[in-house]
Amino acid sequence: MSDVALPVAVPSSAAGAPPRRRLPFSSWHLVLMPLSLIMVVPLIWMVDTSFMTNAEINRYPPAIFPSGLATGGYTEVLQNSDYPRWFVNSIIVSGTCVISQLILCSMAGYAFARIRFVGRRIVLIALLATLVVPFQVTVIPLFILLHDVGLIDNLGGLIVPYLTTVFGVFLLRQFFIGLPGELEEAARIDGCSHWGVFWKVMLPLSKPALAALAVITFLDTWNNLTWPLIAITTSHNYTVQVGLTSFESQHHVEWAAVNAANVLTTVPVFIVFIIGQKYFVQALSGAIKG
Amino acid sequence: MLLVVLLTFIPMAWAFVLSLQVNDLISPPRYVGLANYRALPGDQELRQAIDNTVTLIVLVVPLELILGLGIAMMLNQRIRLKNFYRTCFLVPYIASAAAEGILFAFIFDPQYGAINAMLHGLGLGRQPFLESPDQALYVLSAVYLWGYIGLNIVIYSAALQDISSEVLEAAAIDGAGAWARFRHVVWPTVLPQTVFLAIWGLIDALQLFDLIYATTKGGPLHATETVAYYIYELVFGGVFFAAGYGAAVSVGLFVFTLLVVVVVSLLERRTYGPQL
Repeated sequence: MSDVALPVAVPSSAAGAPPRRRLPFSSWHLVLMPLSLIMVVPLIWMVDTSFMTNAEINRYPPAIFPSGLATGGYTEVLQNSDYPRWFVNSIIVSGTCVISQLILCSMAGYAFARIRFVGRRIVLIALLATLVVPFQVTVIPLFILLHDVGLIDNLGGLIVPYLTTVFGVFLLRQFFIGLPGELEEAARIDGCSHWGVFWKVMLPLSKPALAALAVITFLDTWNNLTWPLIAITTSHNYTVQVGLTSFESQHHVEWAAVNAANVLTTVPVFIVFIIGQKYFVQALSGAIKG
Repeated sequence: MLLVVLLTFIPMAWAFVLSLQVNDLISPPRYVGLANYRALPGDQELRQAIDNTVTLIVLVVPLELILGLGIAMMLNQRIRLKNFYRTCFLVPYIASAAAEGILFAFIFDPQYGAINAMLHGLGLGRQPFLESPDQALYVLSAVYLWGYIGLNIVIYSAALQDISSEVLEAAAIDGAGAWARFRHVVWPTVLPQTVFLAIWGLIDALQLFDLIYATTKGGPLHATETVAYYIYELVFGGVFFAAGYGAAVSVGLFVFTLLVVVVVSLLERRTYGPQL
């Protein structure tokens, strides 16, 4: 019945093959479904076990689902450790960095996109080149520098290095370049300064880019382990990531509590991601096209 | 801008100055010329850290690219649940390395871990995983890949959307098989992304620290110690306080990173002409 050669794209493997029983869904699902399960099942397992008792986790075979919602792990983290304090610290650090980057990166990005100044191209290339410099190179002098100004073991020391980033500047520059120049020209003719154009014309148009930068900055600073680990020395000033690792090493076999701490650390990230997924994905895929 | 200069360029120059000193961050530094650099080749622990880092890169970076492109191509078909899959693949990328490290330390735990429970249930022997010098690096490479691949899938997906389905259909009508369509339509389109992702993947893997800290702390027997972890241990680990020598290792890491980036971009330019 399918002997007639049709002038359309027929998968070559299907041509001439005996009629097969078709799956009710695309065969790609047979590959994609197991792969996506590998991606999410560990995270589901983390949430699942955080509601078990240690006895349920440690027996063999382990329980698949908790017998009841055991919140002992959460109680342990929230009452017998500095976790609430670490959480507040992280909110302070990430919140400040997000606000500061929105302001500074958008201003610098606008300057690189629209204002002609001597050496603009060279400065931009120099900035991009810093993306290649490993953090391990700058971290030792950074530590000494912030130590000398008294910002080690201080939340300020966690904020200062992330007030602005090259990535953020570049992301917004790319976005501003993509906006039509006629809008600004019209505003300039109407007597707007660079500053006025930036505030009244460009910023309202760049909500998607600003949203993306906010999401990326939040994830970056919230998830950062390396720098807070080095810059903070007392438990009182830990961020969630440092706190989580120290909590884990102190409660080695109390997996219910460790997983509860892990869930508390990861949930804010997922909330922000769900809100900002669209902008986040657009920015990631758009940033390298320039 | 000033801030970026202050926080990147000055520390860069400073790191180089430090690398010429003996400096424990407490007593006054002493200049020793190139002595730190002369000590690098004979450092056995550094050699092992380099071996581990290179092994990690060889295991992970090609897979990031191949699996990333493969999965992105599957997601580019007309199939249902596309958004569901895309979210699933991206979710591990946004979780922190510390959270992932601790989660997998739990899953691969020799006594209580889910993987060992499954192996035992299947009648296979329990494995030490992260507690074995022979297995730990491979387990961590897999975890690292798991956490990283989402980025490549997103970026390849965006690039593939630029290929119109008409072009692919036209190629198919002209008799191009699946391989020819990939070789002559898909591959040239995603080449710039591939170069970028290769460089980005190399940079990221060369600096791997947080996942190691959250799981094995470089052990057992230095089997998972990366160069970045070694630098941390030298300077901030609370044992050596060798800031001068650590800076010398970090300058070495920088030079190597630069070399890799230049080689990858030159290779790309030689083979396919200037594109980026």
